[in-house]
Amino acid sequence: MLLDLTAEDKHALENIASKLTTLKKQRRNLIPILQMIQKELDYLPRESLKMVAEHLEIPESEVYGVATFYNQFRFHPPGKHRIKVCLGTACHVRAGDIILENFERKLEISEGETTPDREFSIERAACVGCCALAPVAIIGETVHAHMAPSKVEGLILRIAIEKEMAEREKQKNESGQE
Amino acid sequence: MNPGKNEKIDQKFSAILEAAERRRKAFTETPVPKIHIGMATCGIASGALETKKAFEEILAERNVEAIIHPVGCIGHCYAEPVVIIDHPDSGFPPIFYPEVTAGKAQMLVKLFLGEGDPRFEHILGATMENDLIPSLMEFPRFNQEKRVVMEKCGHINPEDIYDYIAEGGYSTLAKVLQLSPDEIINEVEHSGLRGRGGAGFPTGRKWKLARNTVAQEKIVICNADEGDPGAYMDRTILESNPHQVIEGMAICAYAVGAHKAVVYVRSEYPLAVNIVTKAIGQAEELGLLGKGILGSGFDLEIDVFQGSGAFVCGEETALIRSIEGYRGMPRHRPPYPVQKGLWNTPTIINNVKTLASVPPILDNGAAWYRDIGTENSPGTAIFSIVGNVVHAGLVEIPMGVSLRSLIFDICGGIPNKKKFKAVQIGGPSGGCLNEDFLDTPIDFDSLTEAGAMMGSGGMVVMDEDTCMVEVARYFLDFTQKESCGKCTFCRIGTYHLLKILQRLTKGEGLDGDLELLETLSRDIKAGSLCGLGKTAPNPVLTSLKYFREEYEAHVKEKRCPALMCRALTAFYFDLDLCARGCDACATCCPVDAVFTTSNRKKGVDQELCVKCGECLVACPPEYDAVRKVSPPNLVPFIEKIPDKKEEGR
Ligand SMILES: Cc1cc2nc3c(=O)[nH]c(=O)nc-3n(C[C@H](O)[C@H](O)[C@H](O)COP(=O)(O)O)c2cc1C
Ligand code: FES
Repeated sequence: MLLDLTAEDKHALENIASKLTTLKKQRRNLIPILQMIQKELDYLPRESLKMVAEHLEIPESEVYGVATFYNQFRFHPPGKHRIKVCLGTACHVRAGDIILENFERKLEISEGETTPDREFSIERAACVGCCALAPVAIIGETVHAHMAPSKVEGLILRIAIEKEMAEREKQKNESGQE
Repeated sequence: MNPGKNEKIDQKFSAILEAAERRRKAFTETPVPKIHIGMATCGIASGALETKKAFEEILAERNVEAIIHPVGCIGHCYAEPVVIIDHPDSGFPPIFYPEVTAGKAQMLVKLFLGEGDPRFEHILGATMENDLIPSLMEFPRFNQEKRVVMEKCGHINPEDIYDYIAEGGYSTLAKVLQLSPDEIINEVEHSGLRGRGGAGFPTGRKWKLARNTVAQEKIVICNADEGDPGAYMDRTILESNPHQVIEGMAICAYAVGAHKAVVYVRSEYPLAVNIVTKAIGQAEELGLLGKGILGSGFDLEIDVFQGSGAFVCGEETALIRSIEGYRGMPRHRPPYPVQKGLWNTPTIINNVKTLASVPPILDNGAAWYRDIGTENSPGTAIFSIVGNVVHAGLVEIPMGVSLRSLIFDICGGIPNKKKFKAVQIGGPSGGCLNEDFLDTPIDFDSLTEAGAMMGSGGMVVMDEDTCMVEVARYFLDFTQKESCGKCTFCRIGTYHLLKILQRLTKGEGLDGDLELLETLSRDIKAGSLCGLGKTAPNPVLTSLKYFREEYEAHVKEKRCPALMCRALTAFYFDLDLCARGCDACATCCPVDAVFTTSNRKKGVDQELCVKCGECLVACPPEYDAVRKVSPPNLVPFIEKIPDKKEEGR
């Protein structure tokens, strides 16, 4: 599934293009450059790989080959709410895969994908360092400990409700200003 | 040696030390309570940021004066967020509080700081001997540990270099800069230090090889890639005491004659990346890194390279490739990196723990280090112990301690009155050991002999509810994905191992599968270039050896004895126990697989059930009606009355 670039992304790409010109055309900069792009955009759009290839004067396939080799790089834009389910050893032993499956079922996407409205994305994570609280899931920056399948729905619902409330608040403010 | 140089080093360092001690004195002598909060990733994951905020708010609100001192991880991850409150005016010694939530933080400020009541029910222990509160040292978790690498972790603020210096940090560097490189290498060699990156190669010997290589430039790399999905000690050390690693790197660089160094740390460890970067900056500012360190004329520049998350990049030649900007694929050795490494420059690669062991060794002497641990594996081992164990976290113990005392004494044994079944040591390269190995001493050679490996130092304790076939499948799933693809046996062999294991866990195992697993495993070991392929079959081979009946049950009876493999288990409700009209299971089922029977009890629609086990947890203990069985055909037939709506249609 290829999602179109948003206006914001396009703007960010232009920024990156100008940043690239300040970086040396050295092969050793390839991974740091990809990391820089991902930091800005949260993913590597195809267009960006082409830009990098042109800048470093190496084939685009080379850039793609390196980018796909490493787990860090993603090729789909993540959702506004990034869900990471820990599948480290401790979380696995405590059924982290069932938690992952529940998120996938509820959101109707697979691990590594983003919902079409770009609200949610699901990723797997290696140990996040709180194995004593296993299984854990991380949404945005918040770690949710001792996850259970029944908590999945609640978490997603809560985000939906928060969004609705924020929108209502916004509408209220806007109408109040008029 | 040049005597003028040594005096200069001493002079420069004592000025720094003096500044550190002045700051330390000002801190301890400020007559207000000190609140130390563990703020490494594990603490933050458990809510340490909220705890810190709660402390700040309530202190401001009640106008109570106290200093909040953020520290790293003390290793007791089961107890996070951990807080130590030092309140001398109360007459109590510093007190260790586990699981300090925001609410508890407010309560402690109100009652302990405000009214002098330490709330005994929330205390784990005091950090020093006293007459009022049991000391932490009375617990095996504390008194059986021996801290060399992690001694200062959890006590100092990792973002303040002076905190480390006040505790004796960088004094070893100042001392050894006055020695000749050969003296240093000899001392390291005599200490018997072996690399903590997994293989246990003698560090002194590696340094000597590097020193003897003639080259204009040499590079030191600190390997903090830590790819094992269940280990996190390297990250914790970098987050809790980065300077000890940096000091070790500086000593190594001086000894081998390198002027460039790189910390290779995964980008998934953003906190560690930040803290190390900051620490390097602080060390440069004080002249402990950079040009002419402490006036000695020795230069060292340290960079941070963020690894992009590939397990194989922990392997040294792959790591080098990835810094060079290529796919991280290992290459044939020799030439070893100490001969031809990063950009063809002689490169010396050591693990975080290896480098962090160096300052204490050179400070206390090789004989002191040799006294810890065993003859062939001196020193300490650090494990991240997780899984079905009461006190999960990081443990540093002398080598040679038995698995039994580590798991049962130090880590409190298995929770929920379950039985110990197995322990997996060394992550994806390691093996699963059963009960018979509980008295095996932990050191490099005994573990290798048992078929496991020190590896990453990840240790997963498993109780009777864990299926070994499934655990082997988990690790193979990992290594199969992480194989770089260079060697055919590793790339395709692990794929087939995984396919067979998947088949077993689904109850589709064939006759001869177990033998096939064995021969294929041996071939993969023989046909792979790097450690990844050479060790990937270990989880399979060891579990097959020590838990063969379990594999056989999967093949012959299509049964999972531990009731873990989902395709081989099923749930049902014991109708004699199920309470009429109770809906606990039905409301929690994520897939609406629970239906109501004609007499208002419950049944499971086996077609819909995803076997998540929620109903088992939800069923009130007074009924305890949920049963889990394997193989699934043991489930009694329970009639489902057709849906009314459907009927009406
Ligand atoms: C697949 C694989 C993964 C490895 N991962 C790591 C790692 O994460 N950290 C590490 O220090 N060494 C790792 N090693 C070992 C390194 O290749 C190397 O031996 C080690 O960094 C040397 O340091 P030492 O002498 O201090 O042990 C790995 C080896 C292999 C084959
Ligand atoms: S395995 Fe999930 S937090 Fe460690």
